[in-house]
Amino acid sequence: MAKSGLKRDQQRFTYLLLLPALLTIIIFTSLPALTTLSYSFFHWTGFQRGGFAGTENFRRLFAFPFRDSLFMAMRHNVLVFIGILIIQTSLGILIAYALYRLKRGQRFYRTVIFLPVIFSLVIVGYMWQAMLDPFYGPINYLLHKVGWDSLALTWLGSTATALPTLVFINLWRWVGFPAIIFLAGLNAINSEYLEAAKIDGASEGQIFRKIMFPLLAPSMTIVTVLTFIGAFEWFDLPYVLGGSSGSPAGATDTLALMFYRLSFGSVDSGANEIGIGAALGVLIFTVVGIGAGFGSKYLRSREVQM
Amino acid sequence: MIKLFASKLFFRSVLIFNTVIVILPLLFIVNSSLRETNDFARSPMKLATHPYWQNFKDVWAGGTFPTYMKNSLVVTGGSIILILLLSLGAGFVLGRYKFRGHSIILGFILSGMLVPAKLAILPLFIQLKWMHLLDSHIGLILVYTSGALPAAIFIMSGFFSALPSDLDNAARIDGASEFQLLRIVLTPLVRPGLAIVAIYSAIPIWNDFFLPLVFLQSPEKKTIMQGLTAFFGEYSSQWGIIFAGLMIAALPLITLYLIISEQFIKGLTAGAVKG
Repeated sequence: MAKSGLKRDQQRFTYLLLLPALLTIIIFTSLPALTTLSYSFFHWTGFQRGGFAGTENFRRLFAFPFRDSLFMAMRHNVLVFIGILIIQTSLGILIAYALYRLKRGQRFYRTVIFLPVIFSLVIVGYMWQAMLDPFYGPINYLLHKVGWDSLALTWLGSTATALPTLVFINLWRWVGFPAIIFLAGLNAINSEYLEAAKIDGASEGQIFRKIMFPLLAPSMTIVTVLTFIGAFEWFDLPYVLGGSSGSPAGATDTLALMFYRLSFGSVDSGANEIGIGAALGVLIFTVVGIGAGFGSKYLRSREVQM
Repeated sequence: MIKLFASKLFFRSVLIFNTVIVILPLLFIVNSSLRETNDFARSPMKLATHPYWQNFKDVWAGGTFPTYMKNSLVVTGGSIILILLLSLGAGFVLGRYKFRGHSIILGFILSGMLVPAKLAILPLFIQLKWMHLLDSHIGLILVYTSGALPAAIFIMSGFFSALPSDLDNAARIDGASEFQLLRIVLTPLVRPGLAIVAIYSAIPIWNDFFLPLVFLQSPEKKTIMQGLTAFFGEYSSQWGIIFAGLMIAALPLITLYLIISEQFIKGLTAGAVKG
């Protein structure tokens, strides 16, 4: 009798505690996520839904006048992904290993290196805008001071340097994150392997290349997948520094910015195109989903082989 | 021996170089925020030997800035309370009870972690409009809560299931109800999990720019990160005020971080690092 009373209590408690959480997730995450796809198959006038459109939104996305900016934005996302992956990952490993070797003072450096990660990209963006200001910024001031006047560029203002500059700012903000993940990976390596290799006379470089680096593969998978998702949803930093149209002259335009312009309108074109925006949303989601899914599967399978 | 020393020097200088790169821009902002705008414009690199505190007073007296900060506090605070309450309850049930549909529900919640909020934004916008929750802090809080809950529940149910089951039985024999068991016996024991969840969700919400940009239109409702863009438009060449504004916006998190940096690092890398 007491047992069944407990069971009933538990059952009631289960509903009482689970339902609010489940309902919140269903209403504000699952439902909107599922309906995004349907939006792309309808005509829209402003936020008013019209008739069924079939695949017209997708065809218009890949036709004039959207095609050119779509491909340019996509090219930027790919370049940003490759740039961030190469620079941020190798620097992350270097910093992680430098931290790993430290006997003392690890806590201090860890705290400093992770500090930019807690900053909002809005603050980071404006801070670097000031740092890189052609007239008042310390970067160009120093470059003039040491006589490298030709290097004192309008970093964010010219089409050639704007995107690489944004990647650098992103690096400043994020590099602590992969560094901490790689450090955790290094700390997880069984020290018996390292001792055995040392006794066999392996050098530090050999131990790192032949033992530690392959064993970092799980961390590498996480960092690569997160970088991929982040690069293809890149929005805050380009928006803060280049506006919704990716100035100068679209040099910092990304897929997420284009999605925002199409969905909510932009300063210059005014009207929004929800159907085409939703089609682009579906496209980004597919790229991110397939890329992250297959990417992590492929990278995991390499982990097992090692 | 020389080689050993050289590599030690190399890796040490990597860390020192990194530290300098991180700290210098921050020092530049702090220094410039304490200088009068005209003085800064004449020579941007001089030290603020006579701190000019008026910048901070001007930022705060402008009226909009305190409102932005208050709004951010309300939105972040409200979301955190809701996330903690809901994930504590759901984590308890999923971590300690066995019932039919357990794994289906857990699987459903985990699938919520894969949905990027940015791409569900269009239907969400129209749905919030329909629910009269557009341009409202409550709407924003509910969206943030929903986005953070899957990971939060996952973390909390892990903490709950790691506690020994003897605790429950002992409490029940002593006559505790299920609610008392959760509130008095188990909640104090999962406090480290709650701390991780709080930080894991609070930082991205405080820092978020995209959702307020889309969902909030009234100037008096804007959050600080969204408000900063308006603020910068307004004071475009008044450097002293701009730098002071940046300082005020960045200060709350920096202060917290310097006090509990280990929890920050654990909280923000939760989900990416196992264990």
